[in-house]
Amino acid sequence: MSLDQLERLERDAVPDSPTKDQAVSTRSRRTAGERAMRASLLLLMVMAAVPFVFPLWWMATSSLKSTSEILRIPPTLLPESPSFDPYRQVFELQPFAQQYWNSIYIAVLVTVGTILVSSLAGYAFARITFPGSNALFLVVLSGMLVPAEVTIVPLFRYVNTLGLINTHWPLIILPMFGAPSVLATFIMRQYFLGLPHELEEAGRMDGLGRTGLFWRIAFPLARPAIAAVAIFTFLKSWNLYLEPIVFLSSREKFTIPQALTQYVDAYGGPIWNVQLAATTLTVLPVLIVFLVAQRQFVQGLAQTGLKG
Amino acid sequence: MALATLTAGRRARRPAWRRRDAQIGYLFVAPQVLGVLALVVVPLATVVWYSLHDWNVLTSTFIFDGAANYQRMLTDGGLHGSLAASGWFSLGLVTLNISLAMVLALLLNQRLRGTTAFRVMFFSPVVVSLVAWTIVWGFLLQADGGINGFLALLGIEGPNWLRNGATAMISVIIVQLFKNVGLNMILFLAALQAVPVQIQEAARLDGANAWRRFWSIVVPLISPTILLVSIITVVGSLEVFAQIDVLTQGGPGHSTTVLVYYLYQQAFQFNEFGYASAVSVLLFVIVLVLTLIQWQTRKRWVFHES
Repeated sequence: MSLDQLERLERDAVPDSPTKDQAVSTRSRRTAGERAMRASLLLLMVMAAVPFVFPLWWMATSSLKSTSEILRIPPTLLPESPSFDPYRQVFELQPFAQQYWNSIYIAVLVTVGTILVSSLAGYAFARITFPGSNALFLVVLSGMLVPAEVTIVPLFRYVNTLGLINTHWPLIILPMFGAPSVLATFIMRQYFLGLPHELEEAGRMDGLGRTGLFWRIAFPLARPAIAAVAIFTFLKSWNLYLEPIVFLSSREKFTIPQALTQYVDAYGGPIWNVQLAATTLTVLPVLIVFLVAQRQFVQGLAQTGLKG
Repeated sequence: MALATLTAGRRARRPAWRRRDAQIGYLFVAPQVLGVLALVVVPLATVVWYSLHDWNVLTSTFIFDGAANYQRMLTDGGLHGSLAASGWFSLGLVTLNISLAMVLALLLNQRLRGTTAFRVMFFSPVVVSLVAWTIVWGFLLQADGGINGFLALLGIEGPNWLRNGATAMISVIIVQLFKNVGLNMILFLAALQAVPVQIQEAARLDGANAWRRFWSIVVPLISPTILLVSIITVVGSLEVFAQIDVLTQGGPGHSTTVLVYYLYQQAFQFNEFGYASAVSVLLFVIVLVLTLIQWQTRKRWVFHES
């Protein structure tokens, strides 16, 4: 899916009126039946939106409820006496700030590293001819065939042998160089294949070597592809679950997804309002960034759907 | 003559330049190629090697015993149960996901007012952290949670969704459905927009109603996308893990113990690394077959597009 396609999608979403005259004429031509049809379609969309939007509303409002109110039947749509006490407990019961920071710094490192690894490799595979490049590209593509779960046992063994259990190293190195970065390399290569050769010719005339051509011309031009790679890489690292629970064992080292499941009482039952408060703190920043840059998000993630 | 000397001169200069360029090429691809070799290819070979061993970490046994783990698979009821659970999960998810994604894409394609806002809403769970989304739904699906609370208002007594053998699997499927259906919706929407308006218009003038036009014109034209999206969804559904771990831990009984969860239990709860490796190999083979089919269809799909 290209950005053009998405822009067309946006344009088409605007009510169908290229000119005012036409808009008036279509409106007057619209029969009562047609209007009823449109109204019922709109109603259908509103109903369809409930399971997508309500859980997030329920999460945010329930996180402000007291333990006595939170599971009350009939449920209250808004908290009776909203309290931020659960938010205080989020940080008291666990080193949540530390865990939040762990998730952020790991995701940032993985994202920056993946962009570097994948743009270098993608560029070379797309623009440089060297013996064996096709074979090497096939080796890289093979990474897409192997789900992370398949190699978790040997990777656990390696990490253990290297003494890196309960460190963040595996969470940073594995995605950056291993299977998850292959999709990024694939997308970068596709993008670089589409760059006009004239741009590099011009750069060469100006005396740029291969490294200069990459760093000064190709890389800056690849911003849309880099944005897509950055978005899905960051989210993937932010959401990682299996690897952290296999590799990490102490609370100070946990990342958010793992930490969220730890807000439980002595009997192992979840302390709902605190857990939902922590969940809200996790979801809100990403959701806000998404609302601001929804077009880039949709495009970037749709690419992973197509190519992954 | 001039041309000859020029090309001769070039030929003399070119190899050095080429060689240097090739060196840079190797340098550029090195981190990715070495990374995939060390972190994917070698571990994959290792897991096959491990699968031929009786290896328990607790008792620290590591004995080569050939295909014993694979023989054990043939009679392991737990494994068969997990294959069935994965099958049901994938089948349920792909059916519901494709249907809902198509309905949503068709709705968004009607160019109603506010379409962009709805698209954002349908897509938003895709960016929400998986575990966060799962926790919120787990809360909604409690015996005394929000869903049963609202059902009670209608005078219906809801089941304990996640602890009831009849509803646990469908609950897990529903949670996953709403999490990711927005992605498939976008892929369908892009495909729908590529269907030429003229063909639909012509069919309309010939008297075909909307239902007929959808099944006879739109579906055949976007069928490659439907196939592709289905396979992607099936492959993705085989890797479901966090949702199971957070919502049901494979229960009640073993009703939601899917293949990856079974693998995780064998390795990290029962310390049966050898047997877990054999299960990993099985998972790999299943995913490999599905992915190869997907690549095959993608080729066709790209061909259709051009």
